Amino acid sequence: MDHAATTPMRASAIEAMMPFLDGVYANPSGSHRFARLARKSVDEARDLIASIVGCKPGEVVFTGCGTESDNAAIIGIVRRHGGVAVCPAAEHHAVLHCVEHLHGRVVDVDANGAVDPDALRAALDDTVRSVSVMAVNNETGVITDMTVVSDLVRRHAPNAVLHTDAVQAACWIDLRLLWPLVDSMAISAHKFGGPKGVGALIVREGVTFEPVVLGGGQERDRRSGTHNVAGIVAMAEALRATDAEREHEVARISALRDRLLTGLSAIPGVRRTVPDAVSVPGVVHVCISDVESESLLYLLDEADVCASSASACASGAMEPSHVLRAMGVEREWSAGALRLSMGHTTTEADVDRTVRVVAESVERIRAVAARLKRG
Amino acid sequence: MKVLIAMSGGVDSSVAAALLVEQGHDVVGVTMRLWGGESDTGCCSVSDVDDARRVAQQIGIDHLVFNFTDEFHRNVVEPYVNDHAVGVTPNPCIECNRHLKFDRLHERALVLGFDAVATGHHARVVERDGVFRLARGHDAAKDQSYVVHMLDQRQLSRTMFPVGEMNKADVRAHAERLGLRTAGKPDSQDVCFITTTKDDDGRSGRSAFLSRRIPLHVAEIVDVAGERIGEVEAVEMVTLGQRRGVGGGGGTKRFVVDVDVPGRRVVVGPEAMLLTETELVGQMSWSSFVVFGTVRVQCSAHGEANLATVEPDDGGVVVRWREPQRRISPGQSAVFYDEAGEVVLGGGVVISPRVRPGLEGHTVIDFT
Repeated sequence: MDHAATTPMRASAIEAMMPFLDGVYANPSGSHRFARLARKSVDEARDLIASIVGCKPGEVVFTGCGTESDNAAIIGIVRRHGGVAVCPAAEHHAVLHCVEHLHGRVVDVDANGAVDPDALRAALDDTVRSVSVMAVNNETGVITDMTVVSDLVRRHAPNAVLHTDAVQAACWIDLRLLWPLVDSMAISAHKFGGPKGVGALIVREGVTFEPVVLGGGQERDRRSGTHNVAGIVAMAEALRATDAEREHEVARISALRDRLLTGLSAIPGVRRTVPDAVSVPGVVHVCISDVESESLLYLLDEADVCASSASACASGAMEPSHVLRAMGVEREWSAGALRLSMGHTTTEADVDRTVRVVAESVERIRAVAARLKRG
Repeated sequence: MKVLIAMSGGVDSSVAAALLVEQGHDVVGVTMRLWGGESDTGCCSVSDVDDARRVAQQIGIDHLVFNFTDEFHRNVVEPYVNDHAVGVTPNPCIECNRHLKFDRLHERALVLGFDAVATGHHARVVERDGVFRLARGHDAAKDQSYVVHMLDQRQLSRTMFPVGEMNKADVRAHAERLGLRTAGKPDSQDVCFITTTKDDDGRSGRSAFLSRRIPLHVAEIVDVAGERIGEVEAVEMVTLGQRRGVGGGGGTKRFVVDVDVPGRRVVVGPEAMLLTETELVGQMSWSSFVVFGTVRVQCSAHGEANLATVEPDDGGVVVRWREPQRRISPGQSAVFYDEAGEVVLGGGVVISPRVRPGLEGHTVIDFT
């Protein structure tokens, strides 16, 4: 129940990448026939992704991951053009740390963790060159109304490039609807059944930025480094499958989400963090009173339920969530944060077992705490 | 038994974990993330966590990281800074054991269904007739019973010190035999949250750490006649009994015999002036039951345990030395052993007459 962290690879994506691991190994930048073969596969992958996003093939830049795509879009823009970077406080660190690094403006979010339009409006002016707002939050699953954001940015920061981190959105939202609202967009293959170590930055023609990886000038000088051919091909296939199944999956996972929430709501002291209406179906974020996330996750793990609470630091320790802090969630609730996330392999049986294990674990933690209190 | 072993990434806890596995226990390793300071070492020492995790992988146990940075800051770092501000010399390792390793971690272990918590300390838990006693480690030179003296019956009954029966040389030899990457790692000596690498201002160590959190004051050094003989950069960092940096030249050895933080004055004098027949000790904890009478008292990690009688006193105990001893800086722990000097009976924190009246709450300093 941790699909928001990463997803199992789709069989069709594995199949698509295999020939490039064991056979077609050439560097697509070469000039011989084997290189041309590899090049063709990269070009086809680019065309496929472009058709799913609704962009031009030349607007797809292959990168190493979602984080790199965000870095290129934000740091690359400000390095090339100067000006101020802006983002909301609940962004993924891949965005937040870039904006902080550039001494940019970090704006407040509302109680659901989506950007507060008034706060965003107040941070916008002619000097702003980069605005980055995530389409779907990785911790809570809250959806940003990008139409509102886009409108605000166009009107009040006319010089800004609007970027969206769509890493968590790709499974749930039709990228064709998102793309017209923004100038650039980051996606990451492993969040939708592709392999780790490959992502893309979709960037509108005419938007120039300073590359963050310099070298041989691949990707039209926007991202150097030998192409990860197998990864790129597998990403394209995974995105194709995700897009083809999206409508069906959204309905199926929505039903699982309802089932999960019904089960969890029977446990005393469980509070939903973000209402259904504004979140993607795949993420159920709850805060549980009188429970510590670290303890809960250990007990869940022991019972073979893999979940998460917030992001982990380099040591592997769970960090208090900056997203919940930005939302104003009280410490006693955020201490018991739990994110259960679902995806293409999640079943009804997974959901039922999760409910049972969470209920048992919460009860156990509270019972021991009560015993310790009595002394 | 289901045992949670605290793994610091050092050789002792690595071998302790391996021994538990060899003994057939169901073992899980955990590294506590304690220090989250930003301007200092950044994240906790990630390389130590890496070492602990690699050792755990090698001996085939799960490894977890618990984030206890809030509790560490509240119970160890803040008191450490506050104590310095009032001229008290704290022992943060003891406070970490008291509040983190044997309180917070024990509580967490209970919640998670563990029967015991183990650490790599050189000390022994001995059960006799249903009473748990804390004894010195087998290796006298590495004995750490002093720093874990605060354990009570409830904690001792759930604590294991697997390397307490071993010499340090044997611990290292065992680590080498198993091919553990921590086999040759040097023992840690310093306060873990104080960095030795220089910050952006070129400062490092205790003075840099403290000066970012409290104002440090220049003080004059005077002799016992009140004659000014020099000055120190920070009166907050001077400790009773200290010799270094207060000599002022001349032939006779001079020691700090009084530290007056508010008066910005350090008095130095001959060693004889440091001697005392009694010490006051507060914040007492007892291993099993309250013991008054003849005991041995040890006042530093590897100091001598000297004979004394202990008697109850207002809110603590009085230690009456058999032979006069050097005064102990307030804030240091006094640990009581049986007459043989082998079994811990209890311990507390030395209170000096100067700071005694206001000690209860210490001076509270606003860090912001």
